[in-house]
Amino acid sequence: MKLSSLHEIAVSELLNGFPHAIVILDTGLRVVEMNCYLEALTGYTSAQARGVYGSFILRCNLGPKNQHFHKALETGQPISIEGNIINRNHRKIPIQFTISPLRSESGNLVGLLVVLEDISVLQNKSQRIYDGTDVILGHSPKMQEVFGLMPVLAHTDASVLITGETGTGKDIIAEAIHKASKRARHPFIKVNCGALPESLLESELFGYVRGAFTGAVKDKPGMFRLAHDGTIFLTEIGDLPMPLQVKILSVLDDKEFYPVGGTQKTKVDVRVIAATHRDLREQIQNGKFREDLFYRLNVLRIHLPPLREREGDIRLLLDHFLREFNSKLNKSIKGFTTNAHNKLLSYAYPGNVRELRNIIEYAANICQGKRVRSEHLPQYIFTHQVTSSMPQPKAYDNGHQEEISHTESFKPRGGNWNDIEKEMILQALTKTRGNRSQAAEILGWGRTTLWRKLKMHGFT
Amino acid sequence: MEKLSKILITIQGNFIAPRFDMVSEVLIASTDGQNLFEKPRTILISRPSADELCSFITKEDITIVVCGGIEERHYKYLSWTKKKIFDSVIGPYAEALQLVLENRLVSGTILTGAVGDEACP
Repeated sequence: MKLSSLHEIAVSELLNGFPHAIVILDTGLRVVEMNCYLEALTGYTSAQARGVYGSFILRCNLGPKNQHFHKALETGQPISIEGNIINRNHRKIPIQFTISPLRSESGNLVGLLVVLEDISVLQNKSQRIYDGTDVILGHSPKMQEVFGLMPVLAHTDASVLITGETGTGKDIIAEAIHKASKRARHPFIKVNCGALPESLLESELFGYVRGAFTGAVKDKPGMFRLAHDGTIFLTEIGDLPMPLQVKILSVLDDKEFYPVGGTQKTKVDVRVIAATHRDLREQIQNGKFREDLFYRLNVLRIHLPPLREREGDIRLLLDHFLREFNSKLNKSIKGFTTNAHNKLLSYAYPGNVRELRNIIEYAANICQGKRVRSEHLPQYIFTHQVTSSMPQPKAYDNGHQEEISHTESFKPRGGNWNDIEKEMILQALTKTRGNRSQAAEILGWGRTTLWRKLKMHGFT
Repeated sequence: MEKLSKILITIQGNFIAPRFDMVSEVLIASTDGQNLFEKPRTILISRPSADELCSFITKEDITIVVCGGIEERHYKYLSWTKKKIFDSVIGPYAEALQLVLENRLVSGTILTGAVGDEACP
């Protein structure tokens, strides 16, 4: 590119090339331009925000008088400071603000460039004991194979298909691959293809332009656009509707797409990692999945073994999760009695690591002594028909098997304290036909407590 | 006769305060649906706190809340207590109040008075 043509690049285009939210303010601290990441965070478009006082748009906590912005303007020195903003979805996000003065060619201060780096991942890391996003445990030969493959997958840019039963840790592996890849500094965007109806999923994935449909009052960048330079993780790809499979295939091939209602193509550089618990070959035979998309995604394949095939790992995970919940719940449980330990080692874990974790969480909540005994374990694991000595479900189509465990054996349905509480709330609400005041009375809670619990369990 | 509504707007100078949890001043107006019932009054809040502001709103029997950014917890609490909330509104509070009276305010609106030289707190 010639130097002269560099000057012709639109500022917005330039700002969109950075992986963080950015805003340019004038010396009066009003918005001059902002990039698409900040548009997504604030819910306002650059055109709407232009001329508006910056802190009104950012909703940050850098003080009502914006002393940091003023200081950067007065001293001409860049400032880096931690703070937070409230995004359009009412979420408070910790942010590292980097405020840099902008000068004209003659050296005069003309404004500020403010970069907002989302540091929630860093903050959570130091706060959490384990949340399953960066700890992968396993000594079994099958897991060693997976660990051996990971660096290879991280060092290429090809699409990856992760298969495995529910609860085996597909999400964790996908994020780990992204973090170890050269795209680690760029966004990792996860989309659950099975969670939304087709029309919504299309606009969620590819975005839409203003006027594309009723209610589309402004342009919205889709997940593919937001994942630019990073990785998009399409989980439950086996549930992706057929028409969207065609569109995904074309994005994989051409690296560009039309947003919903758009006439101009959007170019993206995104790595795709897909995951499913379904048998895609079977889906292809049943006409539910496109063969060409399967081969396009199946460039690199990683299969996560179910827990029952990971010899020795159950013991390791039991100890790990017990330590975790000891810390979280401020308990000092030393271990398991022989009976409880044997039961836990012989159980089949159809829900894999997730189920094992839930069982230990339940036991740690119930146990008041120094050792977890059999009566501290959820009752369903004693009545469950599937044990490790019995025939096992098919490689990674776990849908039917899951259904059996929920309808026949799960009493209570949930395996941990949270699930039991959830069920109590649901039963009370069903009994009172949705009347929350009466439900609170039945449960022996105040209305506010019920409200808090409903929120905690995601009912509101 | 129209039912009396009480409107609370979180303010900073002549504008709607950008953050609910950092508010140190609120404006309260009573309306019969179309006209103001009395002269709006402003109240200074001794210590910015979203929790305390929520309690204040409940205690004062406020029916409509106009604010800037608000966290999910407080938004849901206010919705739960049946308050009508217009959040993420940017601009002069007087303009917002007028739009509430005309039943034309929408969450996420940048008001016309938010842009320009006069529009700095």
